[in-house]
Amino acid sequence: MEKETKAFQRIYTKLFQLTKATVSLKAQGIGNEELAIVDGRLAQVVKIMDDIVTLQVFAGTEGIATNAEVIFSGKAPSLKVSDDLAGRFFNSYGLPMEGGEIMGEEREIGGPSVNPVRRKQPSELIATGIAGIDLNNTLVTGQKIPFFADPDQPFNQVMAMVALRAKADKIILGGVGLTNDDYLFFRQVFDNAGALDRIVGFINTTEDPPVERLLIPDMALTAAEYFAVKKNEKVLVLLTDLTLYADALSIVSNRMDQIPSKDSMPGSLYSDLARLYEKAVQFPDGGSITIIAVTTLSSGDITHAIPDNTGYITEGQLFLRKDSDIGKVIVDPFRSLSRLKQLVIGKKTREDHPQVMNAAIRLYADAANAKTKLENGFDLSDYDERTLDFAKAYSEKLLAIDVNIEIDTMLETAYDLFREYFSVAEVGLKNEFVEKYWNKK
Amino acid sequence: MNTIGKVTGIIANLVVVETEDTVAQNEICYINHEGTRLMAEVIKILGKKVYVQVFESTRCLKVGAEVEFMGHMLEVTLGPGILSKNFDGLQNDLDKMEGVFLKRGEYTEALDKDKKYSFKPLAKQGDKVQAGDWLGEVIENWISHKIMIPFKMKEEYTIKSLVKEGEYTINDIIAVVTDKDGKDHNITMTQKWPVKVPIKAYKEKPRPFKILETGVRVIDTLNPMAEGGTGFIPGPFGSGKTVLQHALSKYAEADLVIVAACGERANEVVEIFTEFPELEDPRSGRKLMERTTIIANTSNMPVAAREASVYTAMTLAEYYRSMGLKVLLLADSTSRWAQALREMSNRMEELPGPDGFPMDLPAIISNFYSRAGFTYLNNGNSGSITFIGTVSPAGGNLKEPVTESTKKAARCFYALSQQRADSKRYPAIDAIDSYSKYLEYPEIINYFEENVDKQWVTNVLYAKNTLLRGKEAYEQINILGDDGVPLAYHLTYWKSEIVDFVILQQDAFDKIDASTSFERQNYMLKKVISLCEKNYNFDSFEAIGQYFKRIINNLRQMNYQEFQSEGFKKFEKELEQIIQEREAA
Ligand SMILES: Nc1ncnc2c1ncn2[C@@H]1O[C@H](COP(=O)(O)OP(=O)(O)OP(=O)(O)O)[C@@H](O)[C@H]1O
Ligand SMILES: [Mg+2]
Repeated sequence: MEKETKAFQRIYTKLFQLTKATVSLKAQGIGNEELAIVDGRLAQVVKIMDDIVTLQVFAGTEGIATNAEVIFSGKAPSLKVSDDLAGRFFNSYGLPMEGGEIMGEEREIGGPSVNPVRRKQPSELIATGIAGIDLNNTLVTGQKIPFFADPDQPFNQVMAMVALRAKADKIILGGVGLTNDDYLFFRQVFDNAGALDRIVGFINTTEDPPVERLLIPDMALTAAEYFAVKKNEKVLVLLTDLTLYADALSIVSNRMDQIPSKDSMPGSLYSDLARLYEKAVQFPDGGSITIIAVTTLSSGDITHAIPDNTGYITEGQLFLRKDSDIGKVIVDPFRSLSRLKQLVIGKKTREDHPQVMNAAIRLYADAANAKTKLENGFDLSDYDERTLDFAKAYSEKLLAIDVNIEIDTMLETAYDLFREYFSVAEVGLKNEFVEKYWNKK
Repeated sequence: MNTIGKVTGIIANLVVVETEDTVAQNEICYINHEGTRLMAEVIKILGKKVYVQVFESTRCLKVGAEVEFMGHMLEVTLGPGILSKNFDGLQNDLDKMEGVFLKRGEYTEALDKDKKYSFKPLAKQGDKVQAGDWLGEVIENWISHKIMIPFKMKEEYTIKSLVKEGEYTINDIIAVVTDKDGKDHNITMTQKWPVKVPIKAYKEKPRPFKILETGVRVIDTLNPMAEGGTGFIPGPFGSGKTVLQHALSKYAEADLVIVAACGERANEVVEIFTEFPELEDPRSGRKLMERTTIIANTSNMPVAAREASVYTAMTLAEYYRSMGLKVLLLADSTSRWAQALREMSNRMEELPGPDGFPMDLPAIISNFYSRAGFTYLNNGNSGSITFIGTVSPAGGNLKEPVTESTKKAARCFYALSQQRADSKRYPAIDAIDSYSKYLEYPEIINYFEENVDKQWVTNVLYAKNTLLRGKEAYEQINILGDDGVPLAYHLTYWKSEIVDFVILQQDAFDKIDASTSFERQNYMLKKVISLCEKNYNFDSFEAIGQYFKRIINNLRQMNYQEFQSEGFKKFEKELEQIIQEREAA
């Protein structure tokens, strides 16, 4: 890389303004968003006014002196893409963590969007074995959906499990502020599953400078586009944790004196996140990019700007919750939603899927009401008692994240529970399904 | 000669250009970046410094790049061939773009230059004409597309010549008109118009006085939309804004529908692309796509073009209104447009208003809404634009600048409630908080009495009142417990549940229930009210619940059947029996 650009390299050594994240200098012929090395650290042009260029230094500006060397690269951030990416882990700059180099075509990251008329409507179901997902919140290739989770919930474990079961051709992990332990966890699970050759990792850990994180999702998605477009592969992108990505955005915008909007987030947060999530797509030639992300919440508040903007962008969200009745983590059927499930349930799955799903959730809601009654000291009816028993079994056998069964088995399990606790009328399925499936056994 | 300038500064998509020559506010310019032309719009002029917002990414753009100012504002091309097209926010025909990815600086023709249309004259030589007057018509899909005197022509003209009936392309000269100084002007089937300027080629804009049937009961029955009216749908994410707008675009009684997908999901636009060419318009029997035009600026497309997209959509709507058509314009979501304004205003370091939005946001929004309306054209015909926008309030909290500004501008308020969405009571419009100002217009009341039912407005108010009283009763029951309140509270509550389940709730995904005619709404409203007006005697609250659940179930089954069909009558009969049993007992 050095060699190619040597001839065009322009080196400057006179900084006249430094802030925590930026440096400014006089320079000419510089392109917007161009990369540079400032005192050995990667930086990017964020503003040009006449001959004054302002650069954002990803690793921060601590210790940089006014005579530091600034070398402009003449190009925007990029990633070299080829089949060599598979099975390897990279840092925020797209360089292999084990050192060495990757051969491949150099692509600018954060590239153009897909023409909407060239997209296909997503229609291929992703089976995960987890009934809280497959039965109630079915995922589809080309979808974008986050886990909304408290920081202490096992979202990374669930995500790794989903990824391994999803039958994706490639899994691209974008680790945004991962703890080192979680990073090693992902490597180990993928390794144990013998899936390392299907994995590409772009990792920024909590030990790395936070602003570097801003490059991770674009790196991961650029790699994803390579496999989905060039190779027509089904690519699953995992981005964890995008709350930390948004935090990094706010660090940068605060340091650049931009006017913050709600929750001290930049006013462009919606567009910034949408730019990433909208990379999820079903291509006409069979390739697809599905994005499963994590948005950690602070004390469960989904009205905070980060989950709020995310909810407006993604196609639903998955909530994890610890169910104290069974002592396990479940996928909350009330607040979770997969907006694309309509495209597959009852079409790609058994015809009674939508009805069974709705009936079970309705009965679970009745149980929640019964619980409230109990807490308020009112008497419970026989029906109330039965819904409570049902809820516990439903949680244990279907909602818990350690369930791993086929969708048909999930439906059968639901019927087993219906039969055990309720009458046909109480469940209220369409008559034709009652005849076909209720009495089948 | 066009004015030329040079780039002197770049902050994201705000670019500073220096020039010695004349430029105009909102003028369009192209920045030459290594052979690619990036389109931009002037948003501020300070001496020699011109601030432009670029409709594309400015990555790698350099100071010194040459800029050419075009001498006109952002314009759309008007003419036959707009219908059924998929445009981006700047009216590029998306289908004409090559490749899977959008390329920076690629602009395509909005209309088809080579396509021939059969033109039929509607005017004759010697006629005196002015802007917006109809010279002839061509058939576009199935609507009569009027060829007009261009809106930019400000005088009165005399038709000197007009071509005969025949096949012409949009750029063929179809007429020559002479102005009062004797100068001739050639007229083709196409013209351009700046999107930020309202088209005012009409005689007058009366208050809306007719109803626009949408097929959505909670709108039509409880909070009706007027033809030429305005409304907005605020709601937290996932509460059903888009599903509701799609339902309106499918079933509303409009001649044509323009959908502006403004900063929302691409997959939702794909849904329209995929379904509308297949779905039938129940009124015309033609495919829905034939009456629909889509302006897609999805959330990953350039932010500045997002702002343009709503104006582009409005201008296309005004063009068709001038042909005497009933246009329905939908924008999802106007909050994204406001956010685009906010991003730019922040970059320009303007003094921010509430939540960082520009100070003049309320004025911008109300100016936009004011472009909708019912109009009488100069030739006596009428045309209308009904506009309904969605609003995506931050954190679902309606006390925020976009919702509040829009509330002042729009006459109908369709508030989606998280609680109703959570309990799957779709469409989740809160019928108590929502309102339609049109229900207070004497001319609208009159219209209802003449066209739907003499009792209509009285019945509607009765239903609203039933809902309100039911809500109060429900709150009491929750506080005091089922046994802690008199049985009458349960009755009041269950009566409101009939209105809720049978009128408010509507299955957008069911073929029959998805859309209801006024005739049917009137029939069901009366039926529901007759049930609410009855006196009931029960000895326990459980019995009340059981009885009303049966009634509701039967009424809902009726909703799922074709109006007055065998099935419908069967469930109606069963309902009568349930009632009679009770009365006999
Ligand atoms: N009328 C309806 N009938 C059945 N389901 C509905 C209805 N309206 C909404 N839904 C359900 O709610 C989901 C979200 O609806 P929708 O996409 O319209 O929300 P939205 O308000 O537009 O959200 P956002 O602000 O995030 O775009 C749908 O995918 C669907 O599952
Ligand atoms: Mg929506």
